[in-house]
Amino acid sequence: MSAAVSIDDVAVGYGSTPVQSGIDVRISQGEIFAVVGDSGSGKSTLLRTLIGLMPAQRGEILFDGATLEERMRHGRPPFGVLFQNGALWSSMTTLENVMLPMDLHGHATPAARPALARFKLALVGLAGAESRYPSSLSGGMRKRAALARALALDPTVLFLDEPSAGLDPLASRRLDELVLSLRDGLGITVVLVTHELESLYRIADRMLFLDGEAHRPVALGAPAELARSAASRKVRDFLSRAAP
Amino acid sequence: MRAFADPFSNSPNGELTLRLPEGGIDPAWLARPLLELGLDGSQSSRALRVEMPPSGRWTSSEAAFLARCVTELAPCGVKGLPHELAKLLGLASTVQGARGIEEPVLPSGRYAAEAAAFLALLGEIVLYLPRFLAGRARMRRADVVEALAESSSRALPIVAITNLLMGAILAFVGAVQLNAFGAGIYVANLVGIASVRELTPILTAIVLAGRTGASFASRIATMQGNEEVDALTALGVRSAEFLVLPRVVALGLLMPLLYVYGCAFAVLGGMVTAGPILDLSVVAYAAQTKLAIGGVHFAIGGLKALVFGVLVALIGCHCGLRSPRSAAGVGSATTSAVVGSIVGVIALDAVFAVCANVLKI
Repeated sequence: MSAAVSIDDVAVGYGSTPVQSGIDVRISQGEIFAVVGDSGSGKSTLLRTLIGLMPAQRGEILFDGATLEERMRHGRPPFGVLFQNGALWSSMTTLENVMLPMDLHGHATPAARPALARFKLALVGLAGAESRYPSSLSGGMRKRAALARALALDPTVLFLDEPSAGLDPLASRRLDELVLSLRDGLGITVVLVTHELESLYRIADRMLFLDGEAHRPVALGAPAELARSAASRKVRDFLSRAAP
Repeated sequence: MRAFADPFSNSPNGELTLRLPEGGIDPAWLARPLLELGLDGSQSSRALRVEMPPSGRWTSSEAAFLARCVTELAPCGVKGLPHELAKLLGLASTVQGARGIEEPVLPSGRYAAEAAAFLALLGEIVLYLPRFLAGRARMRRADVVEALAESSSRALPIVAITNLLMGAILAFVGAVQLNAFGAGIYVANLVGIASVRELTPILTAIVLAGRTGASFASRIATMQGNEEVDALTALGVRSAEFLVLPRVVALGLLMPLLYVYGCAFAVLGGMVTAGPILDLSVVAYAAQTKLAIGGVHFAIGGLKALVFGVLVALIGCHCGLRSPRSAAGVGSATTSAVVGSIVGVIALDAVFAVCANVLKI
């Protein structure tokens, strides 16, 4: 069985200069996989490359054995994305935000879309907020609405960019629990970029540590295990700041 | 003015000595080659001893100068640096994240990249147009309505005022000059032809560049900063189709209508001004205007309006999409859109003038 996401010897960066290279990872279905690293190490660049906003400088990224171009040729993207600031379309209500991906890709019948969108909003705890505009939502609600939008097309993979950024510890914990519930309930594979160690220990099955100075990944494994026995001292120091 | 002795000298033990003066270094040293500061080229392989000022104080200027000396004289080693200063210089010598920084682009390269991106956007719009005409383009009806409102009803008052005043100004100038030759009635020809053929399309386009084009640029630049454009792209939807096409179609459709509307106000402005000055009746002025303006003038003016409308919308959207992802980026995108549109409209008008001259129309 092919991996949900397969990253084969990928190099990412801007122009011709690689920010990270030699990234080689298979992410299994239903796994919560974290990309961790110091600031400027290329975590977000890797995420942007994975979701097709930037081309990979080298290597290949496969979703269930097919490239993104091949997947897109046959319809919708195989993933949903939660951007760091939510990136909700500000001119639309919460419900319209969730319905737009369905409209654009002809997902379900037009008559069924509002009901589906309401269900996704209810899943993330936003029942009743359908007619509210993003500007009237709190940071945590915006993140959850964006998560509902990311779920709109029933993706097999969810990419989360710094989901806890800007949230208070309680909202962050709730979001983590929601991600765990979605993984358990829907079998979704989750790839998240984070520097929140508490969140990392709480939900990630495995993590990849990107070293900003070496410009390559230096550790791959379960967070708790790496905190104890990673070969790189930098990784151990990083993870020991909030050991479980 | 304070005199500074050269900081480098030879120690009796064969070491190179760098003496930092009390009260700080000469700021000019930061930019001067070390060889001009008493450093002999043959001394560069020896050890460097730093003598700190008696007060033991330093500022970032001394630290910057020392960092340069350490870098340029690195092979010989450095002695005498206070521990705190050595630590500071250690920080400065660590280059972090340099590989992630894009190489600077020359202005000529930047303009070429902008031009290439603009042409690519134009190409995408041309490719999406048949899909739009077939009703299969991926866009929201609400966005099209919003773009239409932005380009029409909200622009009506300003288009009317500017064209009315332009017609009045032309009539003022024309009435004085033509009346001297007993040809006052021809002020209707002057106002009619000048506004229908040249000035109304340009003026309306410039007004819309400042109003609607700037609005398109700021709206899309804000979306860019909020990652809303990325969210669309991640869904497999091209921003050219979803964001640009409705705006280009709206302005392209409405500019010819706004042009006709503007022409009416320009002629009206000429009429209400020239009438009292030259004692012309409304009927006489209108009849002369009708005689003066032919279908060709309207066709040329209308075509210009259509092309200018598309250009203003395209430049506005292009500047929005290419804006940096920051609050300042919204401002710079808006400025670029207005300036680019005005220059583009005038340049295209010159092309129209040359073509009309060649075709003798």
